[in-house]
Amino acid sequence: MGYKAKFKVWRGDAEGGDLQDFTVEVNEGEVVLDVIHRLQATQAPDMAVRWNCKAGKCGSCSAEINGRPRLMCMTRMSVFSEDETVTVTPMRTFPVIRDLVTDVSYNYEKAREVPAFAPPEGVAPGEYRMEQVDVERSQEFRKCIECFLCQNTCHVVRDHEDNKTNFSGPRFLMRIAELDMHPLDAHENRAQEAKTDHGLGFCNITKCCTEVCPEHIKITDNALIPMKERVADHYYDPILRLFKRTNK
Amino acid sequence: MTAGTTAPGRAQISARTLRTDRWWVQPAVTVAVLVAFIIYATIRAFQNADYYSAPYISPFYSPCLATNCVPGSSEVAVFGGWWALSPALIILIFPLGFRLTCYYYRKAYYRGFWSSPPACAVAEPHGKYTGERRFPLVLNNIHRYFFYIGLIFNVILTYDAVIAFRDSTGAWGHMGLGTLVLLANATLLWLYSASCHSCRHVMGGRLTHFSKHPVRYKAWTLVSKLNTRHMFFAWASLIGVALADLYVALVAGGTITDLRFF
Ligand code: SF4
Ligand code: SF4
Ligand code: FES
Ligand code: FES
Repeated sequence: MGYKAKFKVWRGDAEGGDLQDFTVEVNEGEVVLDVIHRLQATQAPDMAVRWNCKAGKCGSCSAEINGRPRLMCMTRMSVFSEDETVTVTPMRTFPVIRDLVTDVSYNYEKAREVPAFAPPEGVAPGEYRMEQVDVERSQEFRKCIECFLCQNTCHVVRDHEDNKTNFSGPRFLMRIAELDMHPLDAHENRAQEAKTDHGLGFCNITKCCTEVCPEHIKITDNALIPMKERVADHYYDPILRLFKRTNK
Repeated sequence: MTAGTTAPGRAQISARTLRTDRWWVQPAVTVAVLVAFIIYATIRAFQNADYYSAPYISPFYSPCLATNCVPGSSEVAVFGGWWALSPALIILIFPLGFRLTCYYYRKAYYRGFWSSPPACAVAEPHGKYTGERRFPLVLNNIHRYFFYIGLIFNVILTYDAVIAFRDSTGAWGHMGLGTLVLLANATLLWLYSASCHSCRHVMGGRLTHFSKHPVRYKAWTLVSKLNTRHMFFAWASLIGVALADLYVALVAGGTITDLRFF
């Protein structure tokens, strides 16, 4: 059954803005993005919102709904009661462009700083052979849809703008983990670089990235903590270093 | 004060968080339980009494390593008569260090005690943040050493549970509720250690080619399964240790008598 829902949507740009009130129709089975589209169609034709797939796969519609970082297209209206006011704001870690649209270039800059997969010497493309058990672990990380909700929620940069220079964020530390665990990657010292160049030490494993990931990737348990352990192998474990273990 | 969600360029919203759920419940419960445990453990560690009632020894006092341990509780008195304090203080530093550097407890106390962050998407009250890069928090990186020491403690506490199958005169073939309590405690501690992230790393996590190490891969798979429950084992074993100590304290103090099965 349809009903009239109360919405508060942040509208404005880098110069300023505020939460504006709307009363809008909601029908059974709808998600927050449907309601935002209805607002565009009926009351606020110039409301800016980024979206593409409406299926939780493109990672475009990231926002904060009642203060929680989520995909608008994957947040069902049925999780709210009919008398609840639903507040929608843009992600609060990245510069706002307009309304619900933010400038996520921080993430693309950090992505570029991660050295690409290094092909093993003497193996031509097409000759790569891997065992399933060896690639399985990093395949989990490839489910990432680059919605940047984890980057947005991580308090290291969310609450401290100045850390953006030195911290790549969970998504790209996970990318380093993916490559470091890759059976054919020939790039040496990924773990060391995670510490020195990408700020792994900033992470205090409080797991908010994991909590908000719409793909349910266990970022902290399966990427960040294993990388911290690999860093410990190199920097904080003098006994292990005596044995000069290879980790192949 | 460095700017966070109010930094220039970001959407201007002054609220610290717009979350409408009770996000503060979780950190509050964490703090309440941990504080209760710390108070209880401190009192018991300094009490220096009621920790042994043959054949049961409290996990807070095992191994009892000083000559001032009550008769029967100590098998190796490494610390001579000069040690006048409670013998619990000699050893508790190790389980304390193990839990303080544990990846799960780190999350719990950073959120609960230090509000860094108190909950996801709730702004932390601190102006500056350096994470685990500096002293003292950088010390959390030695967690694996505490993990190894924790294994030694597990062996000792398992031994305590096994010898609780002897009666107070030392004859085998006894079992009381206390035996069960010590067994349960040892089991929970093993599960806590086995599910540890450092354990997972040592078992196989540090490898890149599982296919070359089938046995370690198996071990890693098993530990990974336990690891998903690490938080549960962390709490269960913490409460287990306190209850085991309480049980021994009540029996040793004469408040209750041990229920004897055979
Ligand atoms: S676990 Fe680390 S990377 Fe993830 S949100 Fe927390 S501090 Fe950031
Ligand atoms: S890891 Fe998860 S939360 Fe982070 S960008 Fe990828 S899909 Fe989004
Ligand atoms: S629109 Fe593609 S993830 Fe929501
Ligand atoms: S991670 Fe918790 S005990 Fe090691």
